[in-house]
Amino acid sequence: MITFLELLVNGLSMGSVYALIALGFVIIFKATEVVNFAHASLLLAGGYVVARLHPFTGFWLALLIGVAFAGLLAALVEFLIIRRANVGSHSVLAIVTIGVDIVITTELTRQMGTEILSLGDPWGDSVVHIGGVTVAEVRIVALGTAAALITLFLLAFRYTGWGVAMRATAEDAETAALMGIRLGRVSLSAWAVAGALAAVAALFLCVFPTPGLDRGTSFAAIKAFPAAILGGLDSTTGALAGGLIVGVTEALMTGYQNQLAFLGRGIGDVAPFLVMLVILLLRPAGLFGTRETARV
Amino acid sequence: MSDVTAAGRAARGPGSGAGTARRTARWAAWAAAALVAIAVPFYLDGFWLQTGLFAMSAAVGAIGINLLTGSTGQLSMGHAFFLAVGAYAYVYFADPGQDGAHAIGGLGLPTPLAVVLAVLTAGVAGGLFSPIAGRLKGAYLGIATLALIFLGQHLLFNAEPVTGGYNGRAVPPLELFGLTFADTPELVLLNVPFGALERLWFLGLLLVLGAAAFARGVLRGRPGRAMNTIRDHEIAAGVMGVPVARYRAGVFVLSSMYAGLAGVMLALVFQRTVPEYFGMLLSLDYLAMIVIGGLGSVGGAILGAVFVSVLPQLLTRYSGTLPLIAEPGSGGVSPAEAARILYGAAVVAVVLFLPGGLLGLLGRLRGAPGGRRAVLGRGPALPFSPPPASPSTSPTPDTRS
Repeated sequence: MITFLELLVNGLSMGSVYALIALGFVIIFKATEVVNFAHASLLLAGGYVVARLHPFTGFWLALLIGVAFAGLLAALVEFLIIRRANVGSHSVLAIVTIGVDIVITTELTRQMGTEILSLGDPWGDSVVHIGGVTVAEVRIVALGTAAALITLFLLAFRYTGWGVAMRATAEDAETAALMGIRLGRVSLSAWAVAGALAAVAALFLCVFPTPGLDRGTSFAAIKAFPAAILGGLDSTTGALAGGLIVGVTEALMTGYQNQLAFLGRGIGDVAPFLVMLVILLLRPAGLFGTRETARV
Repeated sequence: MSDVTAAGRAARGPGSGAGTARRTARWAAWAAAALVAIAVPFYLDGFWLQTGLFAMSAAVGAIGINLLTGSTGQLSMGHAFFLAVGAYAYVYFADPGQDGAHAIGGLGLPTPLAVVLAVLTAGVAGGLFSPIAGRLKGAYLGIATLALIFLGQHLLFNAEPVTGGYNGRAVPPLELFGLTFADTPELVLLNVPFGALERLWFLGLLLVLGAAAFARGVLRGRPGRAMNTIRDHEIAAGVMGVPVARYRAGVFVLSSMYAGLAGVMLALVFQRTVPEYFGMLLSLDYLAMIVIGGLGSVGGAILGAVFVSVLPQLLTRYSGTLPLIAEPGSGGVSPAEAARILYGAAVVAVVLFLPGGLLGLLGRLRGAPGGRRAVLGRGPALPFSPPPASPSTSPTPDTRS
């Protein structure tokens, strides 16, 4: 039972980090209808900046710069490439982001080599005991931060002018433009916010118990893709639910992998994708996604 | 690729002198290309032959994914999985297997039969995915197929009796009509020793030609029109009586069979299958190929495949003399990394500046005033547009509904 609770808390914590990534993914999709496969590389870029800067500037300033850098990089991708690509189909834009991803990821992994970079976070490997359950402090911080950021975002999405503009664009871009909403700004800000969220997520993907930022980190980030799609690619609620489902499944499958030995080693890494397939079979639009009104 | 269409011929009128001259020129070009392709194994060394064979295998796979992504608008990140299915299925069917501590299963069937079965197995694997492949569209399917990559890697590493696990398996050479595609028994043709690579070269050429011809047939006929309509406007396709879900699933199966064949070719060239190779990077390579070459056409897929698979080899070969590129292991930008960055950037550049890809560029270079495109009444190559073979399709900006 204790093991189960520990796994559950860790799973929820990882899940909230996945939810951060998935949320950025969903924001970009809602604002620009682009499925951003470069998201993992934005995350890697943010994490890399933090890892390189923290010895000189201290952790908090480095984190701030890293988040700003990832946001800026995302905005640049939107401004220089996505906005200028004149293509007929959104699938092509998705492939363009794959091109961007190849370039950024290759360059960053080259810079990193085989190193494992520490992010210099102040929490280290200290743990807290709640009842009989032992949890790493940083996992609780991750859960809290992610929850706070997500709440903040959802409030902004609901009540600020920016949020209204964003939702209007997602509803009907053409009408929104006619109402005086500047689509360029909406999509630019969507990308920037998504990039910043990804950088925060990078921090929590690379802290205890993971050794640090290395070339495998972008693969960890890819697990947020199923989180986004199983919740529904156009639903912010879905991103949260998807993130938590993925995080908890992964933690439980990894934790109990001795009992699941017949499935082979490392089943935890595959678990998010298996869950996604099952959910897509039952509900092709995801749990909270808008169902197509047209049937063909 | 001869892309004179009936419409083009009619527009130009019978007996037009320019048309005849151009047709003769094209035949001459084809004959020259065929001669060069046949002469290659007699002159170039193993390195180039291997590079060429990789390009051929990639061309077959790229034709397959271009049918799916380029022509039907369905994104797939799972192509590497089906290559793996093809490669491993061939080994499993052809290898007799061995007992003992590291028992490896195998059926030991005749190798040509194993090739056919491997391609069919890849098709079946694609068919099993069809409940998802038929219902999801575009980029949604792209993310769903990511699952195949991770599932595939998991299976390849864990299903040791079939896949050999981490170390992979040795690939038994193909035997066709008494000819073994291996270095032994020795064979010397015109004073050139004909090893495995030389022999495979001709097989590869035949397979690429066959694959290209079949795909052209699909694209030019009814199925091709239906696929393009699904890509451009799903509802319109449905209204006109195209069974959209069945077509999507069907194209997915076809594309996985192409991938399976590419996997078999790759296995024959490598002579060993290793699980790591069939990861996500391979899938990304294939998507890069079709965008760079030109979406939705057979020629584009082949051009892109050659570009993406030859580039790293070229950079490796000449890393000593090229600026900015370091020799492998010396710390700078290694050839493999340089190649990845180059073609990642090429994908972006093509979409920004060169809609239609390399094939579109070639067409525009040839299509000076009075060129074929002008005859067919088309503007400059449209993004995502098929070759002039199907004049009725122009993409709509909005494909979401």
